Amino acid sequence: MMRFSTLVKHPADWMTGGQGEHGAVLTSRIRLARNLHRHPFPGWAKRDQRAAALDLMRPAIEALPAMKGGFSQELGDLSSVQKQVLVERHLISREHAARGDGSAAVIERRQTFSLMLNEEDHLRMQAIRPGLQLSAAFAALSELDTTLENSLQFAFDPTLGYLTTCPTNLGTGLRASAMLHLPGLVLSDQIGQVLQAVNKIGLAVRGLYGEGTESLGNLYQISNQSTLGESEETIIRRLERVISQVANHEQNAREKLLEDDPEMVADKIGRAYGVLRYSHIIDSKEALNHLSLLRLGGSLGFFSPETVMLCDSLLMDIQPAHLQLHSGQKLSPEERDSIRAEILRSRLLSLESPDSGILSKEEKNL
Amino acid sequence: MKCDFCDQKATVFLTQLVEGQMKKVCLCEACAKERGVTDPTGFSLADVLLGGLPGGAGSITMSSSAVAPGNGKKCDTCGFTLDDLRRVRRFGCSDCYATFSEEVNQMIRGMHKGVSHVGKVPEGLMALQFRNQRIEELRSRLEQAISSESYEEAAGIRDEIRNLDEVKG
Repeated sequence: MMRFSTLVKHPADWMTGGQGEHGAVLTSRIRLARNLHRHPFPGWAKRDQRAAALDLMRPAIEALPAMKGGFSQELGDLSSVQKQVLVERHLISREHAARGDGSAAVIERRQTFSLMLNEEDHLRMQAIRPGLQLSAAFAALSELDTTLENSLQFAFDPTLGYLTTCPTNLGTGLRASAMLHLPGLVLSDQIGQVLQAVNKIGLAVRGLYGEGTESLGNLYQISNQSTLGESEETIIRRLERVISQVANHEQNAREKLLEDDPEMVADKIGRAYGVLRYSHIIDSKEALNHLSLLRLGGSLGFFSPETVMLCDSLLMDIQPAHLQLHSGQKLSPEERDSIRAEILRSRLLSLESPDSGILSKEEKNL
Repeated sequence: MKCDFCDQKATVFLTQLVEGQMKKVCLCEACAKERGVTDPTGFSLADVLLGGLPGGAGSITMSSSAVAPGNGKKCDTCGFTLDDLRRVRRFGCSDCYATFSEEVNQMIRGMHKGVSHVGKVPEGLMALQFRNQRIEELRSRLEQAISSESYEEAAGIRDEIRNLDEVKG
């Protein structure tokens, strides 16, 4: 089985793939909740019952062809920094990271599948893909689920569907979500309107970092709330439609910003570049917000297109646990801020200053 | 102000409506992190409040020996009671959905787009049940074969069981 250090050595493909026609969509994620028939749910099970459920699931999951050469650890055997790194990579939930013995994480080699054992449900399975690929992610995960059904008996009721610890996940047990980068909508003050519209059709929207409506790094997550009464395909189709509409709005907003106020855009991107390239102390809020603008610059042609991918991997690498893992020791918040700045400076060292030639090109076009 | 969990200075303050009541928790940075409070998604104040706050209502994972004082409805499979359900708004095991079917119907009304499942049905479920049944059958035949000393037949049955078990594993 794979070691932790090997697992996290490289960013997964999906972490740096948010390019192409849906540049606003970083990743697509599918989660399925499953439970073992007649075994008490993890939150209610006694220690030995939880261990028994784990002993039943773990070998079956490790034996999956997709999990060959993958990572598998009981959470009690991981340090809190290691668990936090997995959280920052979206491979396990924060809730799961708080657990220890009796719970486990099994992660596919390339980090495209990750399975949480004895989370809130016995099994929370996840597939992640770059860009807008909810259908593909679901197809892959559903196949894995079907294979598991050969060896595990999942709790299922013909009327209520897959039975889950919390009734909010009943039915399909499906949570489909996408992470979106929406600086254009934020800068042009349209974000509130758009998110409200998304909310109105029963989808959940939240900032990826930060509380409430505030979102650091202009990153948002859109997901379904209802899991019962509609098929997986219906849920996913609606989400994909809405997400591509939001991505289109974002594209339009960016174009309009460049047209109406190119100087403001160039100024923001230029300042972000300056701060990230030359600061020595930077907290995660400031870093996220500037990286967001740098990423925008990459999409708009101020920097080379690869800059977008660079920003996506930096988003992960400047998180607190990643910094601690990188430096190999426990860090105070002050130390984190200076190591974060150091990492940003070195990774952006070869990034050329923004090419505002794009502005004059735009002008010529007009 | 001090953290509710330890004596450190509290820097994280949370207020949330839990079943119509305002609840407040104060935490230091370490405890907040440990409890996943800094993540707005994976966290519900109810869990912090119920899960081991001094003087709190007790952890979700304990009190399986509790007996329901009310109408005494209790899941035969896992011992989960109606009171437990009212407290945590979650269930104890898959059989609880049958035990508390009335409550389930009330809870899910308006929660989802519908009240009955549309979508994937485990195909494996059928196959697995069929196979387990078949193994049971073979086992009793094996016993018969052994007691009637037809060892050749017994060996054949044993191999068949082994094959089925392998597919299962």
